[in-house]
Amino acid sequence: MHLFLFLTFALIAVGCAVNLLRQRHPISSALSLIGVMGSLAVLYLLLGAEFIAAIQVIVYAGAIMVLFLFVIMLLNAGEEARTQRSKLARVLGLPLAGALLAQLSFVVWRQLGGGPEVEFGGFVGSTEALGRALFREYVLPFEVTSVLILVAIVGAVVLARKEVR
Amino acid sequence: MPFFLLSVVKALVVLGILLLTLLYMQWVERKVIAHIQGRWGPHRVGPHGLLQPFADTVKLLTKEDLTPPHANKFFFVLAPFLAVSLALLSVAVIPFGGEIEVFGVKTTAQLTDLNIGLLFLFAVTSLGVYGIALAGWASNNKYALLGGLRSSAQMISYELSLTLGVVGVLLLAESLSLRQIVDAQAGYYFGFLPRWHLFQGPWPQVVGFLVYLAAAFAETNRIPFDLPEAETELVAGFHTEYSSMKFAMFFMAEYANMITVSCLATVLFLGGWHPPLPQSLGIQFAPVLVAALGAGMLFYHGQGAPAGKQRLSMQVFGVAAALMGLAFLAPAVRATFSPLFWFAAKSGFFLFLYIWVRGTLPRFRYDQLMSFGWKFLFPVGVANVLITALMVALAG
Repeated sequence: MHLFLFLTFALIAVGCAVNLLRQRHPISSALSLIGVMGSLAVLYLLLGAEFIAAIQVIVYAGAIMVLFLFVIMLLNAGEEARTQRSKLARVLGLPLAGALLAQLSFVVWRQLGGGPEVEFGGFVGSTEALGRALFREYVLPFEVTSVLILVAIVGAVVLARKEVR
Repeated sequence: MPFFLLSVVKALVVLGILLLTLLYMQWVERKVIAHIQGRWGPHRVGPHGLLQPFADTVKLLTKEDLTPPHANKFFFVLAPFLAVSLALLSVAVIPFGGEIEVFGVKTTAQLTDLNIGLLFLFAVTSLGVYGIALAGWASNNKYALLGGLRSSAQMISYELSLTLGVVGVLLLAESLSLRQIVDAQAGYYFGFLPRWHLFQGPWPQVVGFLVYLAAAFAETNRIPFDLPEAETELVAGFHTEYSSMKFAMFFMAEYANMITVSCLATVLFLGGWHPPLPQSLGIQFAPVLVAALGAGMLFYHGQGAPAGKQRLSMQVFGVAAALMGLAFLAPAVRATFSPLFWFAAKSGFFLFLYIWVRGTLPRFRYDQLMSFGWKFLFPVGVANVLITALMVALAG
């Protein structure tokens, strides 16, 4: 059952990702990205990370993608025009992408191959455990990250502010 | 009974109740608004217009289903489906009562109890905005687009306040599971004051409750925050171009969201299915009293009504109310249905509040809406979270 769900949602994720690149309209691409993030959330859930799954949907699929969509609608971006693609890209593109993928998976496999086996449905990462880890062991990195984000927000507000004369 | 069959039966029962509530919520809303304004409201279809919802459904189903020529067909059709399915999905985690036993089968009055029930609800709500935003964009109509954009901005802004209003409750209950949150509110202070989160120490969540309530009105696009469909400026906002069943789906989504938000307010702040007074004070007879009062009122007004359909229907409903009251005298019935009664009563109060506010308040202006959300509601929510966290830490 878990394997079936994993295969289904992995397929959906890959399908949405391919669709994202294929679609010519920005809105269609944005919605495909939501599909990718939604199925990623299900994969997290299958690995037992409930909290991460929920946050993935709330923050990425919910908040960030709404902003994407909002901006696309506000700018009223039309369909993108297809340019004559270069012949070199057509010939070398796919093999090169395949080589990169193979290389990455080889490195990941070599690095993590000997680690503990990941199990479907083994619910270990409870919200309490995650909260303890964040606020006890990793409290300094956590707080520093939040300050970093705050600085980014303040910077954006300052940059976007109207000049008052 | 096997788990699968039980789940299907429960899902069907809950869906049936939800859809029936949706239908009759409209009837109640039209009636209450009408009486606030000194009108009769729906009165022709069936006694007291009670069959009006079904007439409306038939009307909407048989209307011509138009798609504007320059609309993006795929997203135009997808948007209402998205809106209504997400709105109906959120009811899956709401706990309506404790353990109940029907025909010898023991089960909880809840479809599923997730460890992250509350986060699941927020995730579903945060996706709900896509239905409206896409509908506005795909219609290829400037009013619809403006409505869709307004709604996305409004929902993003008020989602923050909604979440902040709830954080205080989470600090008190120390759980994200809605069932455990309700369980944390059992019991009474001094023998009469319920330990609902609205009253619970060390820091009663009154402020959090008000922030949640205000944000909930904005999240569901209801008056006084119904800017996305402000008819005086935007024709009908995001659903201007929708007709027939697709329009009905947006309507259903709005009402389903109202019901979810009301149920959530009950679960988080008003103790879910726990009665407002302990059994020692005889609160278990409150349903009987309510039914008796209802029956009495129906009989009294039935006397004054013109003979025929009007009077007969009053008397029939009076008898039904009286029978319901008698049924609640039996301990077995009481044990099963008392929690459901209290849950329905509290949620019903919030639904009535929606209608009441609609009949009372005018609409905000768009800049007022944004400055209220960001400059007032958001800081108040943050302050409430900080104080609650401090009090919980001090109380140990």
